[in-house]
Amino acid sequence: MSFLDYFISALFLQAGYNSALVAVGAGLLGLSAGSAGAFIFLRKRALVSDAISHATLPGVGLAFMIMVAFGSDGRWLPGLIIGSAVSSAIGLVMVEWITRKTRLTEDAAIGAVLSVFFGFGIVLLTIIQTMSSGRQAGLENFLLGSTAGMLISEAMTIAIAGALAAGFVFLLRRPMTLVAFDPDYAATTGVNVRNIDLAMMGLALIVTVIGLKIVGLILIVALLIIPPVAARFWTNQVGPMIGIAAGVGGLSGYIGAVLSAAEASLPTGPIIVLVAFGFFLISALFSPLRGGLASWLRHQRFQRRVHRRQGLLSLARREPIYDGLTIRILRRAGMIRADGVATTRGRIAAEKAARDEARWAMARRILPDDSAIERYDGLTPIERMMTPDQIAEIDHMIQTAQGAKA
Amino acid sequence: MINDLITALGAEFVQLSLTPIVIGILAAIACALPGNFLLLRRQALIGDAISHVVLPGIVAAFLVTGTITAVPMMLGAGAAAIVAVVMIEIVKRLGRVEPGAAMGLVFTTLFAAGVLFLEITDTSSVHIDVQHALLGNLESLIWFDAEGWGSLIDPAALATLPPQLPRLAIVLVVIALFIFLFWKELKISTFDAAFAEAVGIRTRTLGFALVVATAIAAVAAFDAVGSIIVIAMFVCPPASARLMTNQLGQQVGWSVIFATISAILGYVFAGYGPGWFGSPYAVSAAGMIATISGLILMLTCLFGPQRKRIGQQAET
Repeated sequence: MSFLDYFISALFLQAGYNSALVAVGAGLLGLSAGSAGAFIFLRKRALVSDAISHATLPGVGLAFMIMVAFGSDGRWLPGLIIGSAVSSAIGLVMVEWITRKTRLTEDAAIGAVLSVFFGFGIVLLTIIQTMSSGRQAGLENFLLGSTAGMLISEAMTIAIAGALAAGFVFLLRRPMTLVAFDPDYAATTGVNVRNIDLAMMGLALIVTVIGLKIVGLILIVALLIIPPVAARFWTNQVGPMIGIAAGVGGLSGYIGAVLSAAEASLPTGPIIVLVAFGFFLISALFSPLRGGLASWLRHQRFQRRVHRRQGLLSLARREPIYDGLTIRILRRAGMIRADGVATTRGRIAAEKAARDEARWAMARRILPDDSAIERYDGLTPIERMMTPDQIAEIDHMIQTAQGAKA
Repeated sequence: MINDLITALGAEFVQLSLTPIVIGILAAIACALPGNFLLLRRQALIGDAISHVVLPGIVAAFLVTGTITAVPMMLGAGAAAIVAVVMIEIVKRLGRVEPGAAMGLVFTTLFAAGVLFLEITDTSSVHIDVQHALLGNLESLIWFDAEGWGSLIDPAALATLPPQLPRLAIVLVVIALFIFLFWKELKISTFDAAFAEAVGIRTRTLGFALVVATAIAAVAAFDAVGSIIVIAMFVCPPASARLMTNQLGQQVGWSVIFATISAILGYVFAGYGPGWFGSPYAVSAAGMIATISGLILMLTCLFGPQRKRIGQQAET
């Protein structure tokens, strides 16, 4: 079976029960990561989750050592997850404590906690390596994630925990939105900002520890950050943004897990991250709201409107046009002939543009505080912004002014 | 006791431990120096981002040149660091997102790409892997030809020093020179960018130069000691130093002291510490150095004379 065949069959969950379970588990993980990450992103604390995820390592090591000391083989996933949750919670509290009690800023606290905890975790891993050689095999997989040889019970644990985290996000969505956008207002309405902040980071923590096995602790933070950044391109509203972030995260997890199942030697974490980055690229380029392509098109359209307007005003003033783009635009619209002389259509349009310009000039003088004046972009016809009787009054003023001049 | 010490610091020490300790110290100081300014500019995590993208840079250099030699690797890693900084800037502008999110997006993606390249291409013949990238190989940088302290003045033995040592020494000199020569400019632009701009300092260029210095330090140190120490040394010694003093000059001095202590104690504890507990094995020196720097930070957080914000109530 070729890679592609396998990929397609795995995509539709036809490639065996185990890989289907892993894919669904990774999808649920991505779903909860994307939605939890959306709030952390809006709260502008994306990298706190980086500290949380690196801080899991000592917990994994210690949990393993404790379990071995009690005679088990030490690789029982729930045990490792509990250990990692405890140590990353300590890391999170340390970040908070350093930021609150000392003059150090949050980014310094994040950098310190993530490097020190990670370093200490590595020390523990080297101890484990000497402790019971062979038996520990697999703890390194928590760095980059691996789904090869995953047990069904493990996949179930991840899937259930992912669903629980997503449920938590749903329950807490209102206070979290409030705190993310305006913590001061949230505080005055009686929301305990500190608790909600902790809950937000607690969600990141849950996602991190259940993602350890699949994505690995170095890259899990990507699953919390990239989906909301991608989602932000598509909408300006919180509800849809969380939905899109959850969707992007879920798809990234699902597709990534399927891809890595099809090519067993590849580590799962990096593939999931790169799939998520693919979604980011698509969003950054093609979103109609803020994507690169859309803003380029908007810019082009605006440029053409400016050139057309300026060209018509030049025609009205009987000035020659030299700008190549202006000439091309007017030619294509049938406003001028090849030799640059205005056609009948062109003369009518030019006259209208000149009249519009004169009306706007007068409107600025007599209605300087009108909201239409403030929103005027130099291109919109006045009929679209003002009522007919306002325009009639403006015309009257123009005539009076001309009469006075004559 | 004294005899123990003499044996401990004898020929075997010179051969096995002297060079790793010196390399550790050089790497720690080279990272801590620019770290001081990054910390004050609230860019502490740039060091984190850069040390993550060193891996894809090295892999890319290997894919292009097909060899694993120092110069292309360092160029590749440096290029990757610059690519990362530019990408972060683009994501920040295009997506109008906070710097932290842009950074997280870029460095995880590049790191993921690096790991994947590493797995896809056949790098089994050469010695690069993720483990090595994270941990470095400080313990293996021993000085084979050393026969004792006398070797320090023996040119033939000196020629066989691990190449990382002179390389890091040069990098450290370059970074120290950069900071020494642009001290005034760095200081002003760090504390008051608008004023610096007004008196004609090109703050953007200077900021970029600082990032480049950071990247150079990260790359040189990474090769010898792995990325954990790099991140820890960018942040922890300067952060501890910041809690000791209000003077920038003294802060830099303290950070050098803390970096040196972390490197020495970390290496000694990693190499000899398990022996005190009766274990014949050593633990990761890189991890231990990072741990020690964290303990120092912890102590300064609790007792540092300048640990409070101005106006913050003294709490017990």
